[in-house]
Amino acid sequence: MLYERPKTLQDAVGMLAETRGKAFVLAGGTDLLVRMKSDEFDANLIVDIKSIEGMSEIVETDGAFVIGAAVCCAALGEHEALRDAWPGVVEAANLIGSTQIQGRCTIAGNLCNASPAADSVPALVAAGARAKIVGPDGTRTVDVQEIPLGPGKTSLKAGELVQSIDLPKPAPRSADAYLRFIPRTEMDIAVVGVAVNLTLDADGTVASARVALGAVAPTVVLSEAAAGTLLGTRLEDEALDALAAACSAASNPIDDKRGTIEFRKHVAGVLGRRAARMAYDRAGGA
Amino acid sequence: MSAIAVSTTINGDDVEFLCQPDETLLDVLRNRLGLLGSKEGCGTGDCGACSTVMDGRVVCSCLVLGAEAEGHTIETIEGMAQGKDLHPLQRKFIEHAALQCGICTPGFLVTAKALLEVNPDPTEEEIRFWLAGNLCRCTGYDKIVRAVQDAAREMRGEVA
Amino acid sequence: MSFDATFQEKKLKSVGTRPLRPDGVDKVTGRARYGADYNMPGQLVARVLRSPHAHARIVRIDTARAEGLKGVKAVITAADLPDLTNGNAALFAILDNCMARTKALYDGHAVAAVAAIDAKVARAALKLIEVEYEILPHVVDVDAAARPDAPVIDEGIFTSGVEPKPDSPSNVAARSEFGHGDVEAGFAKAEVIVERSYKTEQTHQGYIEPHACVANCNADGTADLWVCTQGHFVYRQNCADLLGLEVSKLRVTSSEIGGGFGGKTHVWAEPVALALSRKAGRPVKLVMSREEVFRASGPTSATSIDVKIGATRDGRITAATSTLRYTSGPYPDTWAEIGAMTSFACYDLENVKTVGFEVVVNRPKVAAYRAPSAPMAAFAVESAIDELAQEIGMDAVELRIKNAAQEGTRASYGPVYGPIGIGPTLDAARVHPHMSAPLGKNQGRGMACGFWFNFGGETCTDLNISADGTVTLAVGTVDVGGSRASLSLIAAEEMGIPYDDIKAVVADTATLGYNDMTDGSRGTFSSSMATISAARNAITVMRERAALMWDIPVEDVYWEEGQAKAAGSKYGNLSPLSVKDIAAEAGNTGGPIAGHSELVADGAGVSFATHICDVEVDPETGATSIVRYTVIQDAGKAVHPSYVEGQYQGGAAQGIGWALNEEYIYGEDGRLQNPGFLDYRIPVCSDLPMIDTQILEIPNPNHPYGVRGVGETSIVPPLAAVANAVSNAAGVRLSHVPISPPRILAALHKQARE
Repeated sequence: MLYERPKTLQDAVGMLAETRGKAFVLAGGTDLLVRMKSDEFDANLIVDIKSIEGMSEIVETDGAFVIGAAVCCAALGEHEALRDAWPGVVEAANLIGSTQIQGRCTIAGNLCNASPAADSVPALVAAGARAKIVGPDGTRTVDVQEIPLGPGKTSLKAGELVQSIDLPKPAPRSADAYLRFIPRTEMDIAVVGVAVNLTLDADGTVASARVALGAVAPTVVLSEAAAGTLLGTRLEDEALDALAAACSAASNPIDDKRGTIEFRKHVAGVLGRRAARMAYDRAGGA
Repeated sequence: MSAIAVSTTINGDDVEFLCQPDETLLDVLRNRLGLLGSKEGCGTGDCGACSTVMDGRVVCSCLVLGAEAEGHTIETIEGMAQGKDLHPLQRKFIEHAALQCGICTPGFLVTAKALLEVNPDPTEEEIRFWLAGNLCRCTGYDKIVRAVQDAAREMRGEVA
Repeated sequence: MSFDATFQEKKLKSVGTRPLRPDGVDKVTGRARYGADYNMPGQLVARVLRSPHAHARIVRIDTARAEGLKGVKAVITAADLPDLTNGNAALFAILDNCMARTKALYDGHAVAAVAAIDAKVARAALKLIEVEYEILPHVVDVDAAARPDAPVIDEGIFTSGVEPKPDSPSNVAARSEFGHGDVEAGFAKAEVIVERSYKTEQTHQGYIEPHACVANCNADGTADLWVCTQGHFVYRQNCADLLGLEVSKLRVTSSEIGGGFGGKTHVWAEPVALALSRKAGRPVKLVMSREEVFRASGPTSATSIDVKIGATRDGRITAATSTLRYTSGPYPDTWAEIGAMTSFACYDLENVKTVGFEVVVNRPKVAAYRAPSAPMAAFAVESAIDELAQEIGMDAVELRIKNAAQEGTRASYGPVYGPIGIGPTLDAARVHPHMSAPLGKNQGRGMACGFWFNFGGETCTDLNISADGTVTLAVGTVDVGGSRASLSLIAAEEMGIPYDDIKAVVADTATLGYNDMTDGSRGTFSSSMATISAARNAITVMRERAALMWDIPVEDVYWEEGQAKAAGSKYGNLSPLSVKDIAAEAGNTGGPIAGHSELVADGAGVSFATHICDVEVDPETGATSIVRYTVIQDAGKAVHPSYVEGQYQGGAAQGIGWALNEEYIYGEDGRLQNPGFLDYRIPVCSDLPMIDTQILEIPNPNHPYGVRGVGETSIVPPLAAVANAVSNAAGVRLSHVPISPPRILAALHKQARE
């Protein structure tokens, strides 16, 4: 196995494209190094992208926040403008792991690790985040939900890597929220996660909504049905009841060591309701 | 697979070492540099016993490759006391009986020191969440939290 | 020399204070050496190959390719170890657990091991070992294993303790029974009867330090073992027995130990490391990974328990029974028997019967976990007592006080109690401010009691006085949580010298006589007895030396406040001689001064605790948070109160984890699904509140200072205390531990449907 630390994106892409056998991109390493501990792990190449210029920076443009693929999640929480614009995304990113993990883990890594339970991904999906991908054939930008295909599987082609995650500047009277359920207060993988992103009309009714569910299906579920229950409402009880039912209905989870089907479907509804309330309040709804 | 030459700074000293590409920083510290104070409790970033500080951020050294240390600064438990003078956290851990078996203690101290550097006056809740990645199975955390609170008070100059 | 261990009421100067621990600086600077922190010249790295199957016959193992790999220095299988098949059954089980001989009996069971020049080669070698398995049907659940149609794990097991002997083998290895009176007559007198069934899942001690050792077998028959253990003398005996070594030629040094809680009382890696070293002719280091610790060390039993309690409406229990089924892993053991002994130990009962069934399953061989077997029995009984209190409309504390055991009570497991702490801890709980504090929305309060026997056992100590009058105290019980501090306090007290003049160390097996291990809460209890005895012997010597220095009869020299003093007015001009004075002259008065002691520490006083717990339950998700927690426990005498509090808090935290989230989760294939700290969820710092403690001191009559063991009892009440609190908060009874959010929510939904 080789360890490489390229200085440019072109070099990184070249290394990834040219290697025979398995190659892995190393950003924070909090998933990759765990996998490397397994006796079954096998790789020919590790490409550490942290020395590539710009990879560890958050750039604020007129229309977006461009978050380099190697920016650790702790840095998102320290970025005031980003926190104000996308409190749900930042909360979700900051929920990943411990203080120690926060200093290393990245949202790009969280996305590309393609775990159904990734905390930041539902929030990024709800926020309409886009991923800038660079590869042998140039650069392309996709909606983040197009990257994970299933547990551990992504749509990235050989030689491709995520360069940045781009979050649009939110519209006025907008806000997001992310809530997850874990058995302890910290250190667990999400049993259910729900992100809600709302934009309100001037009178406080919901003009647009995005609801994304994590850990209830092989990939994040962006539920139009759930979002639809909120449109035109002011989150009255009936609307929240409908939202909860829609979140539960949109969930297609499994029984495993972290939770049961029944539990996950029910809690998806509970968290949907609570996250919607939080987002609504943050957006200035009364 | 061939060894990689790494130049880094550990506890203020220039250090050079050779390591394999898949070798963790924790393995390098323990097996190549004789810095045995960082402990391996899990190897997967779940227990915090290997906590070290890298460029000012506390990390699990079991989740960092040795090769990644190139050009960076690393601080370990061995660098916490200044000569024979213990850091206030070290003294307070002993005074408050905040350790029983002591295997988690280096990790807690390194992580708590990082907390007090960014937040000199943390609430109990802030302490507990900051330290949630450091597992202790002996103490129930009570005396650890009290030791951190007391050290923070002393470091702020509020003599008890 | 006979040793009088009788409790003597006196004012204590050192015992009861809170000095700094002697190993503190080493542990806060990273200098303390634990199991994995030791290396020998030329050492090899060992790895163990483990069965991926829960139950499988080992048809063939071929190690040739692994042995041929460059850098591999030894490969062993069971064929390289003595065959104890027809020998002592307990020894056979220990060795077979270290290395499977004919069958792999659980996921993670060792089948082969390699020693190589580094970890990378060792890992590659493991992949080259070919094992052919014949997969057999497996069973992991305690109730399923006990059923007649279950796959039989060991054809040689016929339930013992039943008449007549069964004519077919089963997974129920033994039946045991305790009790007295006539329970049928007692139930006939009852006006209210509560009859319930409970279940607890398997948990792990969860020590943060994985097992680690460095073994070196020399060609001359001598061997050394550096190891993290709770009992290096026991490890020495076990390893010598298993490998055919001469006991005194195997020197075992206990490292600093990074947590044990009972889990480091049993060998599994050490005989393997020694065997590899013997074969390779080089030192071998073996460190288990966290995954190996979960899959293949010794967790506690999973249980299934039925409880029936009858009482009159005024709250007097007329009869009580419990039937307890405990898993022991794939080898028979006595865990249910211990559970049966403890289950009603808190109560004064006229009619009581407890029956234990040992159940073998395809899970790792069970090891002790802090008051082993007692927490599960207490969970069942203390939950049922709470339900009984509710049924008769009586306060839960009052009901327990009314039925509490006291001095003179005949315990359900046989003996008659001396002075005990169950009543006082309940009285303290009744008036504790926690008991009357207001509760918030969705909050509930629970309480429960717990009992543990405490052990004594074989112990010896050396106390050496140096020329400058300072003292080295060499003990043979491993310090698992501050005992070097408490034993230094004991020596200081008995000798009348400052704590700082004493340095306590844990001696290795070659430099001190045999000691039982640090288990059964015996470390401070028994080693303090031996320390007092050694100190008294040293004082006898010092009196003799003072007599020589003064040239007066030794009968006229007495010891007071750390000094030899001449008795009577005729020696009016003689200034007292301090330890330093006497030590300085030792070379002229007969040579080095020391006190030794070898004894069996009898009379470990039984221990009781009462815990109070407040929880808040989110009724929509089943999430439970511990809002407030109070531990009240009898210490006999708290030698170093900070570390006594630490034991109370630590046990409570482990019990809370067990109650709420910790469990071994097996898949349909019999493989452990959660062998790591990510999904085996021990409490983290943000999960817990401060844990309040109240130390009661009801002196143990069989210890000079009244000391009782304090280490274990604190884990006994929490399962029930938490369950009772959750049941009160959620309005639904939870009878299956851990009381995880999915279980709480399912119970709430079931109740809503009914």
